[in-house]
Amino acid sequence: MTYSTVMLAAEQPLKNRVGIGRAISNSCTLAYRALLKMSKNPEILVDFVVLPVMFTLLFTFLFGGAISGSISNYLPIAIPGVLLMSSLTNCTTAGSKLREDANKGTTSRFKSMPIARIAPVAGSLTADLVRYAVGGTTVFTTGYALGYRPQAGILAVIASILFMMLVAWSLSWVFAFISMCTRTISTASAIGVVVMFPLVFLSNAFVPAETMPRWLQYLVLHINPLSGVVTAVRQLLSRGTLGPEFWFAGFGILVILAVFIPLTINAYKRKA
Amino acid sequence: MNSNATLAVEAHGLVKSFGDKRAVDGVSLRIPTASICGVLGPNGAGKTTTINMLATLTKPDAGTAEVFGHDLLREAHVVRQLIGLTGQFASIDEDLTALENLMIFGRLYGYSRRDSKRKASGLLEEFELGDVANRSLSTFSGGMRRRLDLAVSLVSQPPLLFLDEPTTGLDPRTRTQMWQTIRTLVKGGSTVLLTTQYLEEADQLADNIVVIDKGQVVASDTPDQLKRSVGSSSLHLTVKDAANSANAAQIVQRVLNTKVQLARACELIAPMANIDRLTDVLTTLRDAGIALSRVNILQPTLDEVFFALTGKRSKDREKEDN
Repeated sequence: MTYSTVMLAAEQPLKNRVGIGRAISNSCTLAYRALLKMSKNPEILVDFVVLPVMFTLLFTFLFGGAISGSISNYLPIAIPGVLLMSSLTNCTTAGSKLREDANKGTTSRFKSMPIARIAPVAGSLTADLVRYAVGGTTVFTTGYALGYRPQAGILAVIASILFMMLVAWSLSWVFAFISMCTRTISTASAIGVVVMFPLVFLSNAFVPAETMPRWLQYLVLHINPLSGVVTAVRQLLSRGTLGPEFWFAGFGILVILAVFIPLTINAYKRKA
Repeated sequence: MNSNATLAVEAHGLVKSFGDKRAVDGVSLRIPTASICGVLGPNGAGKTTTINMLATLTKPDAGTAEVFGHDLLREAHVVRQLIGLTGQFASIDEDLTALENLMIFGRLYGYSRRDSKRKASGLLEEFELGDVANRSLSTFSGGMRRRLDLAVSLVSQPPLLFLDEPTTGLDPRTRTQMWQTIRTLVKGGSTVLLTTQYLEEADQLADNIVVIDKGQVVASDTPDQLKRSVGSSSLHLTVKDAANSANAAQIVQRVLNTKVQLARACELIAPMANIDRLTDVLTTLRDAGIALSRVNILQPTLDEVFFALTGKRSKDREKEDN
């Protein structure tokens, strides 16, 4: 065996900080790693197909008649709600891959390397965009099979999926933070479910808010930020326009990212 | 160039506590460039915590350390460009192939796709993993995984390597291979800090051995000096016929010129400073017509090292902990 000699008199000058270009390229490499792992186990994608199909069928057939009189009348209400719910279910497990790395020793190695501290987290969460895309596409495909034809056409459908991917990506930083602050994966996903269910069901995702008592209407429409997301998607799909709710949700995404990216990176540096 | 240029690692009084427990309690180290430093200690002695601090994974509560003259805290990112870490737990991805694993680390170190591939293929050849480069790691043996994990640390050709118990859990043949690999590395100019629970391993590889116990350095010396202070290996002989044992004891005593101890009716134990004399002992016994049923040469165990250095057996140390 012959090992090439070491670069003690460093080829490139030693720097004490990571530039933004390097941070982005590190994150992309680690996102590629996550995608490569996903492609070796395509069966995990089945989760992201089965769940949305199940949600779509379940909600439309169970509630369609009761809420809107018929399944076809209910579809425009339900599809944006199911889209939100399946994306959120997928992002509650956002931190589990990071934790797997930490348990194995991969995280230790990453931390000993001259890479951006944000890269392992950003890479893993960004690769999840594929899951949200698969989930979103499945929801619309199932809806289409049931007779759903959004007025605003295919471009609005694509825009809705992209918008929901962005929402889920920003929320996944929150769930990654939660998972890093808990001891085990199961605690983290339990908290994820406890947070997600009230948020989804105390919104206008499946039921029009007008039918609720006044105090609940206030909670649903003015407190729960997810109602805005659903309204924005509905508007996009039915009229093809971006309403005030859309811009408000966009602003919310920026706020979440501004708060949780530093928090999550910091937790990753200390805990994982 | 400053005055520390010849030292790869210089640490003073490193301290790290987890809750009430002081995992590392004032460890100081000086490791010259292009040498192997063996950190020897039992489980929980603070070996891994020391490495984690030097590899910038955890911040020390007190103390200072420099890697090639760069401060661990103020220039952490520079230090990371100079080190490679192979931890106790494999950091490679089960789902990916050996080549993919290495290439991802090449990309992370900033090499282009082509350079990453070239480096990865080169390393796989050097580590005799070329044939299985495109196979999933789930088919790899424990030894192959360790070799690949070490190869990952070498992607950036770091001048300083931390190896945390590199041979724990490996079979003897793979362990010897690993030793050979580590020796070759140092010949290329690398400095290595390795931790181990085995005196034999430290003896085989290290230029300097640092013995730590309960977070403190209890001895720091060359292997020869350390062994001298600990005591040599011992010869254990079992004679076939117990009636011969007194006679055999006399012969061993004469040939080795030391005191012989009679452990049981037919077992003799004698300290053996020079292993070469074993042949003399055996031929003399054969000439005297004394048949043997068993011959062993035992190295001092880690426990005996600690007994010699601290005057306490591991059981007593455990008792103190409780």
